[in-house]
Amino acid sequence: MIQLKAIHKTYTTGSNNLHVLKGIDLEIGKGELVSIMGSSGSGKSTLLNILGILDNYDEGEYYLNGELIRNMNEKKAAHYRNLLIGFVFQSFNLISFKNAMENVALPLYYQKVSRKKRNLQAMEYLDRLGLKDWALHLPNELSGGQKQRLAIARALISKPKMILADEPTGALDSQTSMEMMDLFKEINETGITVLIVTHERDIAAKTQRIIRLKDGTIESIVSNGERKKWLEEQVMA
Amino acid sequence: MFDIDKWQEIYSTINKNKLRTFLTGFSVAWGIFMLIILLGSGYGLENGVRKEFEGDAENTIWVNQGVTSISYKGYKPGRYIEFKNEDYEQTKKLKDVETISGRFNFWENKVLSYNNEYGTFEIMCIHPGYGTVENLTPTKGRFLNDADISERRKVTAIGKTVDEALFKGKNPIGEYIKVAGIPFKVIGVFEDPGGDRDISRIYIPISTAQMVFNRADEVGTISMTVGDASVERSKEMVDQIKKDMAQRHHFDPQDQRAVFVWNNVENYMKFMTLFANIRLFIWIIGIGTIIAGIVGVSNIMMIVVKERTKEIGIRKSMGATPGSIISLILQESILITAFAGYIGLVLGVGLLELVARNLPSEGGGYFANPEVNMNVAIGATLILIVAGALAGFVPARKAAAVKPVVALRDE
Repeated sequence: MIQLKAIHKTYTTGSNNLHVLKGIDLEIGKGELVSIMGSSGSGKSTLLNILGILDNYDEGEYYLNGELIRNMNEKKAAHYRNLLIGFVFQSFNLISFKNAMENVALPLYYQKVSRKKRNLQAMEYLDRLGLKDWALHLPNELSGGQKQRLAIARALISKPKMILADEPTGALDSQTSMEMMDLFKEINETGITVLIVTHERDIAAKTQRIIRLKDGTIESIVSNGERKKWLEEQVMA
Repeated sequence: MFDIDKWQEIYSTINKNKLRTFLTGFSVAWGIFMLIILLGSGYGLENGVRKEFEGDAENTIWVNQGVTSISYKGYKPGRYIEFKNEDYEQTKKLKDVETISGRFNFWENKVLSYNNEYGTFEIMCIHPGYGTVENLTPTKGRFLNDADISERRKVTAIGKTVDEALFKGKNPIGEYIKVAGIPFKVIGVFEDPGGDRDISRIYIPISTAQMVFNRADEVGTISMTVGDASVERSKEMVDQIKKDMAQRHHFDPQDQRAVFVWNNVENYMKFMTLFANIRLFIWIIGIGTIIAGIVGVSNIMMIVVKERTKEIGIRKSMGATPGSIISLILQESILITAFAGYIGLVLGVGLLELVARNLPSEGGGYFANPEVNMNVAIGATLILIVAGALAGFVPARKAAAVKPVVALRDE
C-alpha cells in the first residue's frame, strides 16, 4: 500500500532550515492497522502530511498503491486524495456551517455524485456510525465523540483504500478514545489500511504495528507479536 | 459553468454569512446606483436643453434686420436695414439652403374674429418654408404652400389655441376668419413643440400680407434651414449672407449691427459637444465609483478567503481541485456583485422615474425627462459582471494557492 524510500523534508522559515525528516524508509501493507508515535517535533505530523499528499517531500520516493507520488500538480493530488485517502483530524475539521449530512457528503461532491445520491449515501454512513438522528444538526451541536465519528463517516464515504488519522483521540476523553479505537479496528477489518498518528501509548497499543519516530528518523518498528515484550520493557524501564 | 450543486454550495455559504454578504453587496449596489443617477441626471440636463431647442429645427440660421453703426460710402450711421423680396430671392439661391422664409408680424390690429367669437393673437406673415424652420406639424388640413404665395391667396393656417378659442370644437377648415376686418379662409391647424406661445398665432402668406396691409416688398426676418450642412459650412453661409446683404444695402461688411445673425447649427453643435463631454465625464466618475466598489468587494472577498482558509484546506483534503476552489470564490463574487448591482440598478432607475414623474412638465428649466436608455442598462450590466469577476479573481487565485497542510493548521 505504502512504500517510502529515503524521504527527506526540510522546512525553510526565513534563513532557518529545519530538517524534519531525515531519510524515512517504510513499508505498510494493504489492510494493516499501524500507528506512528513520537514526541512533538519528531516529524510524525509531517510524515502524515506527506503520506496524505497534503505536502511535498524534498528527496526520496513515495509509492501509494503502486503509484509514484512526486511533484504532483494540485489537480492530480486532489484526485488521489479523493479516491484513495480518507482523513481524520484531531480538531475534526468539519465545516461549521454545514450540517452533519452535508459534511459527510462533501467528498462525494468532489466525485461529482448527484446531490440526491450523495445525501442518501451520507445518511447510510451516519446510520452505520449511530448518528442518524443528528443528520440535520450543525457540528457545534455535537459532542466531541460525535464530531469525530462524523469525521470518520466523512473519511469513509469515498470508500478510500487508506484512512489517515492525525491524533484522532487528542481531543477526546479516554473512554471515548477507546470507543474510537474500536471503531478504527472495525474499519480496518473491512480491509482498509488505517494509519494513526498518536502520542498516547494505550492508543498505539491497540494497533498491529507501532512506528516510533525520533528526530526525523525511525527509531523502532514494533509489530504485534513483539508488542507485549516491548510493553514489558517499558514497564521495566 | 451552470452546475446546480455549485450554486447550492454558494447559496449555503451566502446564507450562512448574511451580514458579510450584505456588506459586500452594498458597495457595489451603491456604485451602480450612483452611476445610474449620474447618467440619468446627465441625460436629464441634455434633454432639458434639447427641449429648449425643440421649438425650432436644429439646423436653422436666422438673419435679423438691424441698424447701421458705421458710415459707409456717404451713408450716415443709424440707418434701418430692411430686407426686401430681392434679399429673400437672392439668399434662397445660396447653396445648402434647404427651406427659407421671410417673416414679419402684423402689429396694427391683432384681433381675430369668427362670427361672434373674438380673440387677440399674433399674426405672422411668412413663406411656406417657415413651417419647417419652426418644426410645425399640421393636425388638420394643410400648411401654407407656394401656390398660396404666388396667387396671393387670402388663406391662413391657425395655431391649436386659436382653433380652440374661435371654433370651440367645430371643424375650422374652409371657414373664414376676419383678420383686421379682411376675411381669410382657414386651410389648416398646426401644432408646435415650442410650446403655448408658438401655437397662439396664425400664419398668412407673406405676399398676401404685402398687398393687403400695404407692406410693399418687405420680408422682415429671414430664416432658413440648411439640411445637413456642417458647422463650418454654416459659418461660411453666414459670412456669405452678410457680405451679400452689405452689398445690396450699402453698409460696411464689418458693421456688426446692420444685420444680426443667429446660427443655430453652431450653437446646437456647441451644446452637443458639451453634452458629449459631460457624458464622458459622468462615465469616468461612474466607473471610478464602481472601481471603488470593486476594490471593496475584492477586499471583502480577500477577508472571506482568509476566513475560509481552513475550510478551503478541508475541501482540498477531501479532493477539491484548485479549479473548483477558484470557481467557488469567483462565482460567489460574481453572484453577489450581479445581484447587488441589479438592486442598485433598480433603485437608481426607480429614483429617476420618481423624479421624472414629479418634474413640472412645463418650465422645468434646463432639466427634463431624466432617463437611462437600454444601452446604458446593458453597459452597466456588463460592467457588473466584469466587476464581479475582477473582484473575485485575485482572492480566488489566492484561495486556490492555499496549501492544504497550511490551511489545516490555520486555527
